[in-house]
Amino acid sequence: MSVGIMHFRNAVLRATLLMKRINETICGWLRKLWKYLSSAASGGYPYYRHSLPVRIMHWCNVVFLATLLMSGLNIFDAHPALYWGKQSYSGAPPVLELQGKEDDEGDISVGVTRILGHEFNTTGFLGASRDSEGELTERSFPSWLTIPNNRWLSMARHWHFFIAWLLVVNGITFVTYSIVSRHLHRDLVPTKQDWLSIGRAIIDHLRFRHPKGEAAKRYNVLQKCAYLAVIFFLLPLMILMGLGMSPALNALSPGWVDIFSGRQSIRTIHFVVAWALVLFVIIHVFMVIITGFWNNLRSMITGYYRVESEVDHG
Amino acid sequence: MGNDDKLSRRSLMTRLLAGVSLVMLSGCEKLSETTWFPKVLGLGEKATYKIQRLVLSRKAMAQEFTENDVSPHFRSNGTSMPNNPTYRKLAAKGFKHYRLEVGGLVEQPMYFSLADIRRLPSRTQITRHDCVEGWSAIGMWKGARLSALLEEVKLKPNARYIVFHCADPMEEDGSSPYYESIDLEDAFHPQTILAYELNGKPLPIPNGAPLRLRLERQLGYKMAKYVMRLEIVEDFFRIAGGNGGYWEDKGYEWYAGI
Repeated sequence: MSVGIMHFRNAVLRATLLMKRINETICGWLRKLWKYLSSAASGGYPYYRHSLPVRIMHWCNVVFLATLLMSGLNIFDAHPALYWGKQSYSGAPPVLELQGKEDDEGDISVGVTRILGHEFNTTGFLGASRDSEGELTERSFPSWLTIPNNRWLSMARHWHFFIAWLLVVNGITFVTYSIVSRHLHRDLVPTKQDWLSIGRAIIDHLRFRHPKGEAAKRYNVLQKCAYLAVIFFLLPLMILMGLGMSPALNALSPGWVDIFSGRQSIRTIHFVVAWALVLFVIIHVFMVIITGFWNNLRSMITGYYRVESEVDHG
Repeated sequence: MGNDDKLSRRSLMTRLLAGVSLVMLSGCEKLSETTWFPKVLGLGEKATYKIQRLVLSRKAMAQEFTENDVSPHFRSNGTSMPNNPTYRKLAAKGFKHYRLEVGGLVEQPMYFSLADIRRLPSRTQITRHDCVEGWSAIGMWKGARLSALLEEVKLKPNARYIVFHCADPMEEDGSSPYYESIDLEDAFHPQTILAYELNGKPLPIPNGAPLRLRLERQLGYKMAKYVMRLEIVEDFFRIAGGNGGYWEDKGYEWYAGI
């Protein structure tokens, strides 16, 4: 009896100690994080650059677009070929095809990417890649790039269509907010002066000379154009092409999908635009890194961007 | 501000970023395996069903094509020859003894021979078949309007779904016959037919002979092949896995409008 109580007391004591240690560690981290995020370092002043709704919607987009891409690649894997036209079996070959090829023993040994009849060996990444056991298997995209990791069309579809609704809601909220708060007109629509200096902006970008100090408080003209293109062209096109694949919505106005040369072309455009968005994200993150990663990242978390004094960097 | 401090901050943030992405990736895997999360994701299907039904009028017609668009060879997916002795006997005799049984919540349970089905008002349509996998094929279908057949047997007031019981077992041991279900809005749609012809010829076995459902505003897996029996029900929770179809029981959406 008393031995039991002793054990119990010891266990409680150990648990309390552990909790205390975990608590201290977490508090320490949070203190450091807070200190870092709220610090206005020497030689500059904090400037409130991104409003709270924009920050929240930005990070929602990060999660939504990543999950949509990854579940989309899993869906693609159910039929890893793309066509141009109304259908897949008109007799014309696919415009893109990913395939795993078997060797003489019946094992998958080569991953092949076929674009417009040209064949490329893409073993390990496209067509065939290694599964969790290290075995080369037929997969259009490697498992670490897909949600779920394994081939699971129904689950990937559930993810894709659920998150797609969230993306649409987020998108509508963002556009409404941007119009009402004048974020769109104030920060995103290029001014007359922007247009006049576009040539210079292009040259500056090519030379990796980016706005600093006071000028970094607002978006430059190329940035504005890129964001507007994504918000008002690529993302709406992406959603429209997604809806264009729906047999129900095809009946909305019979034949509307033929504006884009038919359902299989729409599927191809959906795929291409997905990678155009990935390209945007790569360039976006690249720009974030080279123009002051931590300062930029902090401004999208806390809202505050540290404007450095221009004398230091002139 | 010391260099050390800056470094530790950076490593802190890097660790945080890595942690978040790791949690996201492994979290996605774990979430798919739970019972509750797929239910949350299922809200997406409900929203899609409600909104698509809202924006589409009841009789909105699926796109129809010309004969030039017809696929030279209409792809057969899933079963191409049912592993079922009864079916094979019927097929060997050219489906002469085939009878479509229609029962459940009807005033007049009936059996239809192929000749009876052919006597019902028919419809010919060149439509696109969209598979859940992503491919599409175009074919010319002729078949009896399901609405005409349902009017013959007269639905009871509490009838809500049509269940299609099929001849093709989905397991190697001959169990798990394919089945599907649709609601009345789809059942009475003018393009919803029980097809017995493909591209002007009797429906081939790989495409579902002697009868297959055409449901042009949904994905291919809804269009049951080798249809043997229609059961009209109020709900389908007690049939097989209870989700209204073979693929639905495997986790696919009951409403396959996208």
